[in-house]
Amino acid sequence: MPQLALVIDLNVCVGCHACVTSCKEWNTSGAAGPLVDEHPYDGSPTGTFFNRVQTFEVGTFPDTETVHFPKSCLHCEDPPCVPVCPTGASYKRADNGVVLVDYDKCIGCKYCSWACPYGARELDAQERVMKKCTLCIDRITDDSLPERDRQPACVLACPTSARLFGDVHDPDSEVSVAIRERGGYALMAEWGTKPANHYLPRHKTRMHIAPEDLERVDNPLRREDLTDYTGEESVDDVAW
Amino acid sequence: MHPAFSVILLTTLLGAGQGLFLAMFTGQLYAIAHFLPLQTSGFYASGSLLALSLLLGGLAASFFHLGRPERAWRAASCWRTSWLSREVIVLPLTMGLVAAYALTHLLGWTAPWFRVGALAVDLSLILGVLGTLASLALFVCTAMIYAAVRFLEEWHSPLTVSNFLLLGSASGFMLAAAYSAWLGNPLVGFFGTWAVILTLAAALSRGAHLLRNARLEHRSTVQSAIGVRHSALQQKAQGATGGSFNTREFFHGRSARTLRWVRAFFLLTVFPLPVVLIALAHAEVSSTLALTAFAVQFVGLLAERWYFFAEARHPQNLYYQSVS
Ligand code: SF4
Ligand code: SF4
Repeated sequence: MPQLALVIDLNVCVGCHACVTSCKEWNTSGAAGPLVDEHPYDGSPTGTFFNRVQTFEVGTFPDTETVHFPKSCLHCEDPPCVPVCPTGASYKRADNGVVLVDYDKCIGCKYCSWACPYGARELDAQERVMKKCTLCIDRITDDSLPERDRQPACVLACPTSARLFGDVHDPDSEVSVAIRERGGYALMAEWGTKPANHYLPRHKTRMHIAPEDLERVDNPLRREDLTDYTGEESVDDVAW
Repeated sequence: MHPAFSVILLTTLLGAGQGLFLAMFTGQLYAIAHFLPLQTSGFYASGSLLALSLLLGGLAASFFHLGRPERAWRAASCWRTSWLSREVIVLPLTMGLVAAYALTHLLGWTAPWFRVGALAVDLSLILGVLGTLASLALFVCTAMIYAAVRFLEEWHSPLTVSNFLLLGSASGFMLAAAYSAWLGNPLVGFFGTWAVILTLAAALSRGAHLLRNARLEHRSTVQSAIGVRHSALQQKAQGATGGSFNTREFFHGRSARTLRWVRAFFLLTVFPLPVVLIALAHAEVSSTLALTAFAVQFVGLLAERWYFFAEARHPQNLYYQSVS
């Protein structure tokens, strides 16, 4: 069974929020919409977002590093948010593993949000139902779109290609290879929720230059000089 | 967690209602066993009607918690996996049984149907047993809604269940004592004694829960939340400046001092005060004191439930540490 998911490369995310705005734009005009947007131009704008980019500082000044951290529903393989739902509005799609909410069934009891350790679900203040990332289910399953557009809006918007999308159960997919070969990890693995989304760690490209790299130990020129010197004059002493 | 007033009211009203019904039926059982004088049918009937109105009040409060109350009936569908769904089924069942129990007493349908040894079994006895089972099941369902969420480690403990059971029963028996005192009925002593025993048992359970939570170490850290191994990790932005559902639902927004104050308040008003008041009420044969005992304990329970929510720290809060 396929399990669609995102793999987010923290090494190249620049925190531009392009994924946040394109997500909101696509989903507020789609099946999930409208996504509430209160006081968008005032001092304290608030609303429903499926995806947020957070920023963390690692280390203490001046030795610090900034990590931009995009966060959305991780489409857990064992989603704790689903069984707690009293109405069956929350479910995991059997054909592609995407965790969804049926907005027509949801009673807005918020219980599922308590049962998600990642805070990935947000109750829409106007529609009064639970909303969360759908992996743009209406795009990725739309056969009328050209192949390259059948991806979540955030993935298409990312200017640094920090977001990869694919089937993490297919060992040869781009996402599986990235997870396997570039140290992909799950968030809060301690809870056993088996998030399908993975993150690729930050890494620095460092050059290691050992003295041996500059001067070879087995330099053949040095090796050919077989003379046993015992203090006598050498060529160096007489040549100038 | 943010303590929602609807849920505070829901759980405390239900607890008192279930407790009161348990008290009424316990009274009837003791009377059948000749440990207590038999009461008129009216005593059990109006007592259980009072219990029913508390349950109705709790049900009404629950609707204020829902975003879409008009669809509430859908919540009965997932009883196989969801404790919330189970509660939604057991609550009307309990209410129906309590109502039927009240009705049999009201209409005097208490002629024995058959005998088991010396015990004459009538309709009220059968409904009483069923109602008791339903009330106990409702306590478990309500408490398990909280205790079953493993991410809320403060709640994920059998002590949550024993707290709901004992605190609810204690306030119900306290109300039964106040109700008898108000009628000038000699059962004050009986219900009062049980109320005191249950209150003390609840004090043990809630005390143990507080101690447990004081020593609790959370499983998740900001390191595991974002997957960066560094001891100095600080959030600089949470992706929203004006707050979000995540900041409104999962934070109580009060100072640690307020929390300590509320804890001290409920430790006083739920446990020692009502015990002293009900003992005085019994000694002085005062119905006002008995009613005060119940009222004080109920207000204390509101504070206790507020603290129960405020005390729980959800792992998602790790992602919402600062706005800057
Ligand atoms: S991230 Fe949260 S909402 Fe998404 S599937 Fe996992 S538990 Fe459910
Ligand atoms: S808020 Fe909606 S989706 Fe979530 S548990 Fe309640 S009914 Fe289910």
